[in-house]
Amino acid sequence: MSTANVKQPQVAAAGNANPIGTPVSAPHTATRLSVPRVMGTVLLALAPATLFGFWLYGWPAIWLWGFTIAAAASGEALCLRLMARPVLPALHDGSAILTGWLLALSLPPWAPWWIGVFGGLFATVLAKQAFGGLGQNLFNPAMVARVALLISFPVQMTAWVAPLPLGGANAPGLIDGLMVALKGMPSGLDAVASASLLGFAKTEMSRGVDLFGSLAHAPVQTWIGSRPGSLGETAGWLIAAGGLAMMALRIITWHIPVAMLLGIAIPAAILHSVDPARYLDAGTHLMSGGAMLGAFFIATDYVTSPGTPRGQLIFGAGCGLLTYLIRTWAGYPEGVAFAVLLMNSLTPIIDAYVKPRIYGRDRSGAAIEARRG
Amino acid sequence: MGFLERIFREPRWGVHPDDRKRPAADAPLRKLPPPARVYMPLQQHVGGAARPIVLAGQKVLKGQLIAEASGNISAPIHAPVSGIVAAIGDVTAPHASGLPFAAITLASDFEERWVEGEEISDPFSLAPEEVARRTAAAGIVGLGGATFPAAAKFALGRRLKVDTLIVNGGECEPYLSADDRIMRDRPDEVVDGVRIVMHAIGARQALVGIEDNKPEAIAAMRVAAAAFPEVNIRPVPARYPMGSDRQLIITLTGREVPADARAAEVGVLVHNVSTCAAVHRAVRFGRPLVERIVTVNGGAVTRPGNVFAPIGTLVQELLDFCGLDEAPARIVMGGPMMGTPLAHGQVPLVKGASGILAFDAREAHVPPAGPCIRCGNCTRACPMGLQPLELGARVRAGDLDGAAKLHLGDCMSCGCCAYVCPSHIPLVQYFNHAKGELWAKERAKLRTEATKRLAAARLERVEREAREKAEAAARRKAERAAAKARTAAEAQAGAESGAAPPAQSQHEGETA
Repeated sequence: MSTANVKQPQVAAAGNANPIGTPVSAPHTATRLSVPRVMGTVLLALAPATLFGFWLYGWPAIWLWGFTIAAAASGEALCLRLMARPVLPALHDGSAILTGWLLALSLPPWAPWWIGVFGGLFATVLAKQAFGGLGQNLFNPAMVARVALLISFPVQMTAWVAPLPLGGANAPGLIDGLMVALKGMPSGLDAVASASLLGFAKTEMSRGVDLFGSLAHAPVQTWIGSRPGSLGETAGWLIAAGGLAMMALRIITWHIPVAMLLGIAIPAAILHSVDPARYLDAGTHLMSGGAMLGAFFIATDYVTSPGTPRGQLIFGAGCGLLTYLIRTWAGYPEGVAFAVLLMNSLTPIIDAYVKPRIYGRDRSGAAIEARRG
Repeated sequence: MGFLERIFREPRWGVHPDDRKRPAADAPLRKLPPPARVYMPLQQHVGGAARPIVLAGQKVLKGQLIAEASGNISAPIHAPVSGIVAAIGDVTAPHASGLPFAAITLASDFEERWVEGEEISDPFSLAPEEVARRTAAAGIVGLGGATFPAAAKFALGRRLKVDTLIVNGGECEPYLSADDRIMRDRPDEVVDGVRIVMHAIGARQALVGIEDNKPEAIAAMRVAAAAFPEVNIRPVPARYPMGSDRQLIITLTGREVPADARAAEVGVLVHNVSTCAAVHRAVRFGRPLVERIVTVNGGAVTRPGNVFAPIGTLVQELLDFCGLDEAPARIVMGGPMMGTPLAHGQVPLVKGASGILAFDAREAHVPPAGPCIRCGNCTRACPMGLQPLELGARVRAGDLDGAAKLHLGDCMSCGCCAYVCPSHIPLVQYFNHAKGELWAKERAKLRTEATKRLAAARLERVEREAREKAEAAARRKAERAAAKARTAAEAQAGAESGAAPPAQSQHEGETA
């Protein structure tokens, strides 16, 4: 009989803070998916729309993007240091970078550096780590920061520029771009200041000009996304392509994006058909502002959205409907951030009421009747 | 799979782990030469442990009864080799704890002399009860891993008049191919066993569910079952845990087993393909369950494949037989999704073990757990429709009752949730821990209640005794008083002829 010396299974290091002890239960195999991989995939899916934004708005936008992400990551690192938690593994998971990235995409592309830095720090320090870190925050950190910026610095947060693509004659270069980001919009470039379509239409409406009148001289809006708007929100098709890629890779499911876009499109289509002079059409709504980015990348945030398919449909529809309501009747021309935050606050309630049906039980949790055939 | 299908047609449950069944599944079946010693645990089944009926030093034949069943749910144990009973004592149990349990140790004489078995040419002429009796006597238990005594299940099936026998050839666990092998190599035995089981339980049809990643087994079984229209071979999609009875039942019949109920209550009974083959041998040839096919697989194994081995063989001998490239970083009995980690190889093979896995360091690597990001992958994967992330959060916070309210009890520890978790949270460990705690709490509650009942009974008894004593005392006192009164009355009557009321003595009795 052989008595070959068999190595004992590896036992996790002593001091394991796990309240249930060192795991011995199966499974003894695990998916190759990991949190860094999930976040990395989302970042890759964001890349096309981001690169388009870089091309469209040039170096100032690239600098702002960098400042925002650096601030978000620094805020995360600072908090972890203060709490004496390991910093590198947490930064490695990519969630802080994703938060900073999403925030940057929702900012006016030529916003000054401190907008990005304030927002990035606000997102990870107050909206994420103060709640307990990854997985614990109630509200989407990027949207919390965006709303905080919008309320605190309304002028900077609504200073849109017309597209000035990289390589164009008037586009600022690497250093000029940094100057724009550091010192603000130079007076020489005032000509590029513009308005977003949603904001323009709202302002005109408040002056008594209906859509037939205002849209005739509205800011140019092309289908590829060459329009004034946030850094990474304009290329609707590229954002949707990234979202579809995430669905195909099973990172997100279709429920939230489809429900949110329908939540915007259905009321928009109905009201537009009733009174086209007052209400923008569904296509314009979907391709304006943060609708696409919100539907595919913001509202689908795992931490702050419901966990069940039916819950996600409710959540997505709520985000879409609230976005439409805010855009149409509230004081702000754009409502994605507010809508997502409001629905975030409902997520625990949705999760408490909408649960999957358990095998062998009805929805109330009682055992079903035994039936043959 | 098309692009849109990939997005919109999600599976309702389960996971798709890398199956890693080949090349082990394609390697021809090998037979392990009888080992010098085998260790037959007395508890290899659900129910009462078997009672040894042999003594140390006694000579036994292969297949001879060495321990008899005890109680209604139990199974006997037979000698897997011919030889001498070397000892009756403790060996390491196939359990993560590595605790000892009772076993009979046999020293082989390498002669492989079988005990006489009664051969039956037509098992279908036997009464169903007789088939069940022979199955029970052969010590046959569920070989898929559940190890429930097969004959007890037959009785249940007859009592609840099941119409359909589901034969589980799913073998959804990665790495394992023991059932695949038996269907490829001995399909006729499997199909005959299926028909005998149908006869035993009174089922009209049998549905053999085989995952579609086993085309050779499906083809072989179709040929074997061609002559028997009541035996239907049904390929099912390869998805873990398709081999779980509730999932296989709903996939094959559309019937959903109610929570807290048995499959027989919806008219079906599930038996594993290897169990059916064992029933065939037991009923037709009187051969008890002393050998089985076991998959030896894993990155550390030189020649992975299936081995026909005596039960009671040490895991280490099976590994040595197939060769080890390196010291395994982890040994698992069963599959990787639900198997038991073994601390070492000096553990006997038991009836329900369909695989021995020796993982190399890469396979054994378990990434450290991170925080839950609420991605919901576990909820989508759970075949029972539970929400593992919510359960896990409650268990972690110590809210076991909260977890029980979310129907933790319906969890079958299949491991889908922990497998898909991108944060690698050991959810099954949480749930097993919580189930154990809840079970202990329930036991403690029952004990407390029993103690309370006893204390209350004692108090009542003491009170009753005191009351009876007092009543007796009062009665005596009243009698005395009455007697006294009588005497006095008599004396008085003698003096002036009057009556004495007994009211006062009654009053004293009440206040005593």
